[in-house]
Amino acid sequence: MNSPLEPLKNHIDLSLQSLRVTTLIEKEELTLYGALPHLESIIHFLREDSTCWCRQLVDICAVDYPERSPRFDAVYHFLSLSYNHRIRLIVGVEEGALVPSVGHFFRSADWFEREVYDMFGIPFKNHTDLRRILTDYTFEGHPLRKDFPLTGFTEVHYCDTQERVMTRPVHLQDPLRDYTYDNSWLGSEKKAEGDNQ
Amino acid sequence: MTPLKNKTHTINYGPQHPSSHGVLRLVLEMEGEMVIRADPHIGFLHRGTEKLIEHKTYLQALPYFDRLDYVAPLCQEHAFVLAVEKLLGITVPDRAQYIRVLFAEISRLLSHLLNVTTMALDVGAMTPLLWALEEREKLMGFCEATTGARMHGNYFRPGGVAVDLPPGLLEDIGSFLLKFPKTLDDIEELLTENSIFKLRTVDIGCINFEDAVDWGLSGPLLRATGCPWDLRKSEPYDKYEEMNFRIPTGTKGDCYDRYLVRMAEMRESIKIIIQAMGYLKPGPIMVEDGKIAPPPRHKMKQSMEEMIHHFKLYSEGYHVPKGQTYTPIESPKGEFGVYLISDGSNKPYRCKIRSPGFAALQTLDFLTRGHMLADVAAILGSLDIVFGEIDR
Repeated sequence: MNSPLEPLKNHIDLSLQSLRVTTLIEKEELTLYGALPHLESIIHFLREDSTCWCRQLVDICAVDYPERSPRFDAVYHFLSLSYNHRIRLIVGVEEGALVPSVGHFFRSADWFEREVYDMFGIPFKNHTDLRRILTDYTFEGHPLRKDFPLTGFTEVHYCDTQERVMTRPVHLQDPLRDYTYDNSWLGSEKKAEGDNQ
Repeated sequence: MTPLKNKTHTINYGPQHPSSHGVLRLVLEMEGEMVIRADPHIGFLHRGTEKLIEHKTYLQALPYFDRLDYVAPLCQEHAFVLAVEKLLGITVPDRAQYIRVLFAEISRLLSHLLNVTTMALDVGAMTPLLWALEEREKLMGFCEATTGARMHGNYFRPGGVAVDLPPGLLEDIGSFLLKFPKTLDDIEELLTENSIFKLRTVDIGCINFEDAVDWGLSGPLLRATGCPWDLRKSEPYDKYEEMNFRIPTGTKGDCYDRYLVRMAEMRESIKIIIQAMGYLKPGPIMVEDGKIAPPPRHKMKQSMEEMIHHFKLYSEGYHVPKGQTYTPIESPKGEFGVYLISDGSNKPYRCKIRSPGFAALQTLDFLTRGHMLADVAAILGSLDIVFGEIDR
């Protein structure tokens, strides 16, 4: 319990009591668990409070837990260059719920939020330019969701007759399987995930 | 006739433009020769690394990190390996830590050599690139001698490194380091006081400290603004605490400062390599825990127990205790972080890769506004972008 982050944790515990934030130190990393409606107030506090003074938003990402409610976790990583500490903020997000954009606090949030939107389909409220970022221009679906198959649904090929690149449903000769000790060696009866044919 | 004043036009830059350093498509809104807005379109090299890692064991996930920033592959492995070790709660033998520091710095040289000189190429100086490629070839020779591959080494492993250094390698590195500063001098002689180079880079793409922090910049880009922020000093990992080196900083945060910072960092890397080689003592290179480290080949062939360990490790892999960690390292391009969530199984539940280039590239719009079209190439070069890690 003698973590150097202990004073910071106590300070945040005290200051954010009203916002129902719980704090946890594990592996010398400080994690805050907050609620979505308070997201902006918490981030405003982390940025402006003189003890936290987290002026850099290092990263935003999401995690998908399909069996859980709320389904997603939005994870924000903050860094204070002045005090050399990092704070992680995790808020639960229901499927389809709007997350307020934090672009007006940190300009770096712009692309990070676009990536989360692209990969998980979590929409951000008041984002100035919420487009897909990493996937193809005509891509459908959100690849990092756990129910999106590893092979995807479509594959790209060059069509000789039409002389252009086209997509078609993915078809796998040998279905992609996760081998465990319980698998049969004889091959899978089941169609490959994402195989539409 | 309507006047043409205030009329903007849009041009498309890339995705196959030589100075876009890979597959970047830039949609530039121009007013005459001046950039009004830059909209980078990325993702042409998106391979779904994070998704693939979720379907691989921890050991199988490692080679994907080589293929992120393929200019400095071993640094990426370093972050992942440190994250896994943190979750496993193991301490790595000293010799392995020094070897990792040694190769992380060799990777830094590889990356900076290429970046500095390709940036020079973008603004018109061709010779430095040819010299740098020669030096890179020698450095990649050291990687090949140790890891078996020039670039994608797959060398750092959770718990240590894969194999020990080959005999004679340290002498080779030593004799390389004797001559290498001369090459750096030559490159600097062609660039640092070169009036064309300075015209193209001084006061181009300036960013101050507050903006740089706000935009999430790190590494040489942040240091060029005058902030001595280096994760090797502020959150030392492996044996960086024992290393004695300076953090070079710039003043204005323009392209020229970024170039100077990188040149100075290479000289600091040389110091670190020399120190790491000096500290190297014979000893184990891998933790002794048979549940994490594979058995030595000769034991595996003779002992049933070791054979079982070998089979289990390379088929099922080890189970990592439940938990989460964000582990950043100072990669040549800035803060490279791995946010790893384990659910207690043999595969990562989620592995988010925080790449420095992603944050750097989104500042492009901010940096290029009001600059000429030709400056876009200089700014892109100075941002040190590699699409392997941006698109992931």
